[in-house]
Amino acid sequence: MRINITANGEARSLDLDPRTTLLDALREHLKLTGSKKGCDHGQCGACTVLANGTRINACLSLAVMHDGDEVTTIEGLGSPETLHPMQQAFLTHDAFQCGYCTPGQICSAVAMLAEFEAGAPSPETPRGAAPTLSDAEIRERMSGNICRCSAYPQIVAAIRDAAEGRA
Amino acid sequence: MSSVSDWEAPNPVKDNRGGLIGKGVDRYEGPLKVTGTAPYAYEVQPPSPPAYGVMVGAAIARGRITAVDIAAAEASPGVLLAWTHMNAPAQPPRGTKGHPRSTQGSKPALESDRVAYFGQPVAFVVADTLENAVAASHLIRLSYAAEGHDVAFHERLDAAGQPPGEQDVEIGDFDAGFAASEVRLDETWTTPLQNHCQMEPCASLAWWEGPDRCVAHTSVQMVKPAQHGLAETLGIGRDDVHLLTRYIGGGFGGKGQTYDDLTLAALAARALGRPVKVAFTRQQMMHGTIHRPATVQRVRLGAGRDGRLNAMSMMTWTHCHRDGAFTEHASNFARSLYAAPNRLTGHRLVKLDLPHAGAMRAPGEASGTLSLECAMDELAEQLGLDPVELRIRNEPEVDPENGRPFSQRQLVRCLREGAQLFGWDRRLPTPGQVRDGRWLVGLGMAAAIRGNFLLPAKCSFSVDADGVITVRQGMTDIGTGTYTVLAQIAAETLGVPLGQVKVEIGDSELPPAPGSGGQFGAATAGSAALMAGMNLRRAIADLATGDPGSPLHAGDPGDVTFQDGVVAIENRSETLSDLIRRAAPEGLTVEGEIRPAQDAQKWSQQTYGAHYCEVGVDPVTGEVRVRRMLGVFAAGRIINAKTARSQLTGGMIWGVGSALHEGNPVDPRYGSLVNQDLAQYVLPVQADIGELDAIMLDEVDDKANPMGIKGVGELGNSGAGAAVANAVYNACGVRVRDYPITPDRLLAGLIAKGM
Ligand code: FES
Ligand code: FES
Repeated sequence: MRINITANGEARSLDLDPRTTLLDALREHLKLTGSKKGCDHGQCGACTVLANGTRINACLSLAVMHDGDEVTTIEGLGSPETLHPMQQAFLTHDAFQCGYCTPGQICSAVAMLAEFEAGAPSPETPRGAAPTLSDAEIRERMSGNICRCSAYPQIVAAIRDAAEGRA
Repeated sequence: MSSVSDWEAPNPVKDNRGGLIGKGVDRYEGPLKVTGTAPYAYEVQPPSPPAYGVMVGAAIARGRITAVDIAAAEASPGVLLAWTHMNAPAQPPRGTKGHPRSTQGSKPALESDRVAYFGQPVAFVVADTLENAVAASHLIRLSYAAEGHDVAFHERLDAAGQPPGEQDVEIGDFDAGFAASEVRLDETWTTPLQNHCQMEPCASLAWWEGPDRCVAHTSVQMVKPAQHGLAETLGIGRDDVHLLTRYIGGGFGGKGQTYDDLTLAALAARALGRPVKVAFTRQQMMHGTIHRPATVQRVRLGAGRDGRLNAMSMMTWTHCHRDGAFTEHASNFARSLYAAPNRLTGHRLVKLDLPHAGAMRAPGEASGTLSLECAMDELAEQLGLDPVELRIRNEPEVDPENGRPFSQRQLVRCLREGAQLFGWDRRLPTPGQVRDGRWLVGLGMAAAIRGNFLLPAKCSFSVDADGVITVRQGMTDIGTGTYTVLAQIAAETLGVPLGQVKVEIGDSELPPAPGSGGQFGAATAGSAALMAGMNLRRAIADLATGDPGSPLHAGDPGDVTFQDGVVAIENRSETLSDLIRRAAPEGLTVEGEIRPAQDAQKWSQQTYGAHYCEVGVDPVTGEVRVRRMLGVFAAGRIINAKTARSQLTGGMIWGVGSALHEGNPVDPRYGSLVNQDLAQYVLPVQADIGELDAIMLDEVDDKANPMGIKGVGELGNSGAGAAVANAVYNACGVRVRDYPITPDRLLAGLIAKGM
C-alpha cells in the first residue's frame, strides 16, 4: 500500500506491506533508526514518536493508519551539532546510560510538557486542582517510558531544567 | 612480574594537573545517543539491503523434536530460507575449539532434535521483509516428544548438591559458637528468578566479505569470546570474524555471552550471500537469554548482649540448567563483611530444566544482601541496638576469613556519613509509629559490599598531525561510561583538551580488553589506557628531544611536560600538532598493557557503601512507596563524578526493584516462565522512584591498579533492596522474607497483626 507521511518535515512516500508498524516503517524503510524497539507491544515507550504533535508508541500503530500525518522522531528534534533543549538537558544531567530508551524518553518528555501546558489531567493532581509541575507530576506523566538503566532521577532533573528554560 | 608497588609511582591520572580526573564531564557519545544517531547492532546500515531472520522457540522444556514441517513456511511470500535441525548447516559440536587458545568454543544453533529448555530456538526463517519473516515463522509446524521436566526449585532443595569444585567454608566451630550465643537468629529468605530486561533485545547483523570473512555487528559485553565463538561455529579463522559492538542497549550480565541470533545471522548471510539481521523479540528474551536464578538463603546469627557476633552462617540454595554449572554465589560476600570467630558459609545447587541461569548485575551480592542485611536489622531489634551501631560493632580489622588486610575499607565512614546526611536519628526503633496521612512511614538501612577486580587488557594510543589523540580498545560501553572515562584518561595523560580525543571501542580488531562485567571495566580498560598513554608520552618526548627542529631538542625526555596541547621543557615549547606534523607526519601509535599484580592477593579488595531509605506503606492496600533514598559509597578514585553517580543510582533502583517488584514465577506445567513481556514482568518505572541520590567518598586504593580506582557498576545494587525491606518493617512492623514484597504478601502480614 502506498502511504504519504511527513517525517521530520520531509514529505515521504512509501510502498508498504499493510502489516508494517509505524515503528518498522521508520526504522527499516526510512532508516530513521533513532526510534527504538524495546518490546514491540506498547509496553516500554522506547518507540515513542510524535504524530501530529501527540506522543504515541510507534510499535503499536500500523504505518497505514498514519497516511497524511506529520511524524516527528528524535532525529527531527535536533542533531548532535544543534541539540534540542530537551536533548541538551538529558546530556547535561546524564539522564541516560545505555541510551536505548533515550530517544523515546526525550520525545515523550517534549510532548508531556506540551500536554501539561494544555491542561491535560493526571492522577497526581486532585480533581479540580490546578496541576503544578512537581517532581511527582513529572514522574507520573513519564511512567510509560521504562529505563532499565534506571536513570529516573536524572530524567526528572533534565525535564525540569528543560521545562524551566535552563537547558 | 608485576607488583602493586609498581603502581606507587606518580602518573598523570594521580597528578591530575588538568583537573579532568574526577570531573563530571558529559558522556563522550552522549550527543549521538540523545539524537538517536548512535547505531545499535540492528540499526547499522549494511553494504546491501539486509534480509530479516526470525527465530521460533521450543514449546516444551525437555524432550525431542519428532517431526518438522517447513513446507508452508518455505512457500510463504518472500521467504528465502527456513531451517530446523533437519536442514540447518552443519556446525562443529558445541564447545569445539579448533584454535587451542580460543576464549570461547563453538556455539552451534539448531544443532539437534534435543530440546533442553522452553523457548530454546528450534526453527528459523529468513525473508525479504520483517513482516514476511514473522508471518512465515508462524507456519512452521513442530512435533515434540516431551520427556517430563524438572523445574520446581523449592520442591527439589533436597536434591541440591555442592557446586562443582566447591566446599563449605567453616572457620572456628559454627555450631558450638551459635549454641553458646546469648542472642540467636535463624531465619530463611527466598529470592525469585529475575530477568535482565535490557531495553535493547539481543540482536545481530552479519554479512560476508568473500567466502571466508564474516562481519558481524551484535550486542555483547565481551568482544573476544564473541568473536572466537562465532569463528569456531563458522569453522573459519578467528581473525576472519570481524565482530563489532559499538553501542549496546544495556547488558547487566545478560549480554556477557552471545546467543543464537548471532550464529543464525552469520550462517544465513553465508547461505544467502546477503546481509541478514536477527533480533530476539521481547518475549523470546525471557527464556532465550540467561536469568538470575532464584535462591533460598538461611541465615543464622549468634551474638552476645553487647551485639558482637560470635557465630554467623549463610547457606544459599540455588539452581542452574541441567547442562550448566553457574552458581549464584549469594553467600560469598558474607565471608568478608562482618567479624565473627565462628563462621560457616556455602552453596547448594539444584540442576533443573529451566533456561540457563547466569550472571546478572552484582551476582551474589544482589541476592545475598537481601537476607543477611535484613538479618542484621532483625538482630539489632532483638538486641535493642541501632542497626548502624550493630554494624559498627562488628567491623573487622582484617578480612575475617583470610586474615588479609583490607586495601581500603571505609564502610564505617559510609555508615556514619549516610546516617547524618539522611537524618537517621529521626528513626523510631519501634515500628509502626509514624503516620503521614494514609501512609505509615519507616526508615531502613543496609550496608553494601562488592568485590574489586583487575583483569589483563591492552590498549593503543595514537597521535596524528592535528594533535588528536585516538584511543583504541576492544572494550565495550554498555551504558557504564567507558567511552567517557577513556577520553578523560587520555586527555589527562597527554595534556590535551577533551575535544582533542577520539575513542574507538567495541571492535574485535582493536587491542583486546575483557569487556564489561563484574564492575571491572573502568579499572581494567582504564589502566591499560593509562599504560598506553604513558607509552605515547615517552614516544612523543623521545621524538621532541631527538628532533633538531624542535625547541625541545637535546633535552632530557624525562623533563618533557604535556599541558594544553603543548609539549615543553621549562620555557622551551611547541604545540603537539606542530611537533607531530613536522617530525612524524604519519602520526605515532603505541600500545600499552595492564596485568594484575602478582601480590594483589595479599589484600582484601572490596568496594563499600551504606544505603538509607524511607518508605511509605499503605496499611489498607499493602502498597509500598519509596519516598527517599540515599547511598554513600567508597569505591576508590572516581574518574567521572557524573557517570559514576548514574551507575550507583541505577544500581540502587535495581535494589528497589528486587525488594518490591521483580520476580518471574515458573509455570510448572510447561517448564516456562510466567511473565513474558514488560507488562507482566514488573520492574521499577519513573513513578516508583522518589527522591534518590548517591554520594561518593574520597578514596584512593593504591592496591587496586595504577590509578587507584575501583568499580561502581554493581556496588549500588548491593544492599539497596535490604534497606528498602528494613524500611518497610520499620514502617509497619511486618517482615516479609519472600521477595519481592508485593502488596498481597505485605497485606497478609498486616492482617495477621490486626492492622
Ligand atoms: S517498543 Fe513500542 S512501547 Fe516498547
Ligand atoms: S538509558 Fe538504558 S534503558 Fe534508559
